Amino acid sequence: MQKIGVFVCHCGTNIAATVDVQKVAQTLKNEPGVVFSTDYQYMCSESGQDIIKNAIAEYKLTGVVICSCSPRMHEATFRRAAEKAGLNPYMVEIANIREQCSWIHKEMQTATEKAVILGRAAIAKVHLNAPLTAGESPVTKRALVIGGGIAGIQTALDIADAGFNVDIVEKKPTIGGKMAQIDKTFPTLDCAACILTPKMVDCAQNDKINIYAYSEVEDISGFVGNFSVKIRKKARYVDETKCTGCGLCTEKCPQKNVPNEFNLGFDNRRAIYIPFAQAVPKKATIDPDYCTMLKTGKCGVCSKLCTAGAIDYKQKDQIIEEKYGAIIVATGFEPIKVDKYDEFAYSQSKDVVTSLELERLMNAAGPTKGTLLRPSDGTHPHTIVFVQCVGSRCEDEKGKPYCSKVCCMYTAKHAMLIREKYPDTEVYVFYIDVRTPGKNFDEFYRRAVEQYGVHYIKGMVGKVMPRADGKLEVRASDLLLGKQLHIDADMVVLAVAIEPDKTARPLATMLTASMDTNDFFTEAHPKLRPVESPTAGIFLSGMCQGPKDIPETVAQASAAAAKAIGLLCKDKLTCNPCVAHSDEMMCNGCSLCANVCPYGAITYVDKEFRMPNRTTAIRRVSSVNPAVCQGCGACTVACPSGAMDLSGFSNRQIMSEVDAICK
Amino acid sequence: MKDNKKLKEQILRSSGVNVLKCMRCGKCSATCPSYDEMEYHPHQFVNMIDNGEIEPLLKSKSIYKCLTCFACVERCPRNVKPAYLVEAVRLAVIREKGENHLHPDDIPELLDEDLPQQAIVTAFRKYAK
Repeated sequence: MQKIGVFVCHCGTNIAATVDVQKVAQTLKNEPGVVFSTDYQYMCSESGQDIIKNAIAEYKLTGVVICSCSPRMHEATFRRAAEKAGLNPYMVEIANIREQCSWIHKEMQTATEKAVILGRAAIAKVHLNAPLTAGESPVTKRALVIGGGIAGIQTALDIADAGFNVDIVEKKPTIGGKMAQIDKTFPTLDCAACILTPKMVDCAQNDKINIYAYSEVEDISGFVGNFSVKIRKKARYVDETKCTGCGLCTEKCPQKNVPNEFNLGFDNRRAIYIPFAQAVPKKATIDPDYCTMLKTGKCGVCSKLCTAGAIDYKQKDQIIEEKYGAIIVATGFEPIKVDKYDEFAYSQSKDVVTSLELERLMNAAGPTKGTLLRPSDGTHPHTIVFVQCVGSRCEDEKGKPYCSKVCCMYTAKHAMLIREKYPDTEVYVFYIDVRTPGKNFDEFYRRAVEQYGVHYIKGMVGKVMPRADGKLEVRASDLLLGKQLHIDADMVVLAVAIEPDKTARPLATMLTASMDTNDFFTEAHPKLRPVESPTAGIFLSGMCQGPKDIPETVAQASAAAAKAIGLLCKDKLTCNPCVAHSDEMMCNGCSLCANVCPYGAITYVDKEFRMPNRTTAIRRVSSVNPAVCQGCGACTVACPSGAMDLSGFSNRQIMSEVDAICK
Repeated sequence: MKDNKKLKEQILRSSGVNVLKCMRCGKCSATCPSYDEMEYHPHQFVNMIDNGEIEPLLKSKSIYKCLTCFACVERCPRNVKPAYLVEAVRLAVIREKGENHLHPDDIPELLDEDLPQQAIVTAFRKYAK
């Protein structure tokens, strides 16, 4: 028989205002096995923990039940306290009488009754608890950063700075991400490339950082501290060790009509290309969809030209297997497709562009060398209309329900830059709300209005009609003047909503990391653990977790790095002992458990068993890898023969809890 | 005021519109082809009904100027459906009058066969006097 102590917490008034805590403590005292029962204002405080420790010593308790907040909150605290008093930490059970009781009930009587029942269930469970010992697992001292934009770059640099090896996997041929495409950055208007490219070079030169560019993560297995990752290094058809990045091939390749994705299709590149001058690694890549040699076997110009002999048409994709202790997700974002918004005529007119396209049209390294020209006829635009919230804050199926956060600021930036460079151009910004929270942000927006004379109009554009004379007829409302406006514009710029990169969803599945309905990665706690995924060992950096601007992205990237470094610093991790185990005598080898296991922790082994009459038989039985098992319990539910059981949450324990509740 | 509350409820119920979804962007009025003809514009219908200012709408000619083209419904980013509200106000006027002056038998000869169903029903109410 266990000797159980019951400790009821008031949680200030959080519990005590709705639950008669004294009554709960008194009632539970009469339960079988309970030798001590008390209540206290804050059980988690130091003095509260002392009460527990003293009671364990004085009454020689073998089990402890704490009626308090959710075990997610303080289970670890109370287990530590019990351990200090010499009790096995897994002999502590929490009855959640806050989130599941006091917070959801209004009447004291019903809440008190429920608290007693929850306490009784926990007591019933403790009776069947057995001491558990946590094992240890080693930590691979290497981190993987998935995504090589500014978020991934900053995270990698910070981890390398702390002395750990980091690999960056980037699907494009160069790191740099979206920031490399941006012209200027708000609110300081410094050039994006000037602040980004030195960091890219730092990554390339840091001997702790290894960049797998033009590569994708193919498979991830393992668990915190011991991830095993397969990376597909796509064939560049160029030997990276030989290519000097001289760029001769990219000038002489006869296939000239490949849309240049770096300039968002505004100009063409060759079939062999280097995305931009400051690319890291600066190595040529052959686009297999356009290369004549790869498609027909006739050409070979680049191969003949290359003095380094780097061209290799026979190169194959390579699979690299590497072990990591921590994984940082930095997959970033994409602007949504606006083709579905017929009213803005994006597909009908070349002069309707997205804001990211405008960045390229204004960039000195862009298709127009930084001169803003209409894409349709190359003339100078005199009237430009900016439309805010295109696809953001939308409840329809075309858009996104959230605010994309960065559009207000970059539109102010665009408007300001255009007015500065071309004072003869009238700029209209149609806004629903101007959202400028951030250091020097609102001042920046006001400067656009007051100093640069940008026309900010409260209202939305309803329709853009391309006319035969090349003008765009914009119909919009001015809500403050109570007018419907008709503006003949030369260009319309859409501040398009952003969405997580398409690769994020399949990656989340591989990582078993959770996502929200918009495919943003979920953080472990929205306020207190914003850079960690609920899945141990996975950290979040940048836009993959939610819309944010560059300063915020960099801050989060460093935070994610700090968390990853904290993990990599440890030599060993304590495992969770509450894992599944199989009773081999009962297992019928059906594989159901292996099929439902989300962590791949279950394998099947052929094992020899003694049978009656001194015979033996080989039977196929399941075997759980305790280091990989996360204790979710899916297998115990699926197992038809009842062979699977979960330590700390055994079938008997759960049933005794149910019995206690139904009594 | 009490009557107003009842009227507001009736309009919201018969239109099925949740006016609280509106984020005041004005896209409905930006796109309205009858804008210049109307005293109260689509976004004002949403706003005024939300505020319980329904009397001016009942008296206004604006409710007969709406073409029921549904551009506002189509473009609204929040699925508010202002045209449904205009229709509901028209309906409220007709209900107040207590009868239809246009006989169903008169309709066929007034019809253009390309008209959408909704517009026919609307026209029935609009010209019912």
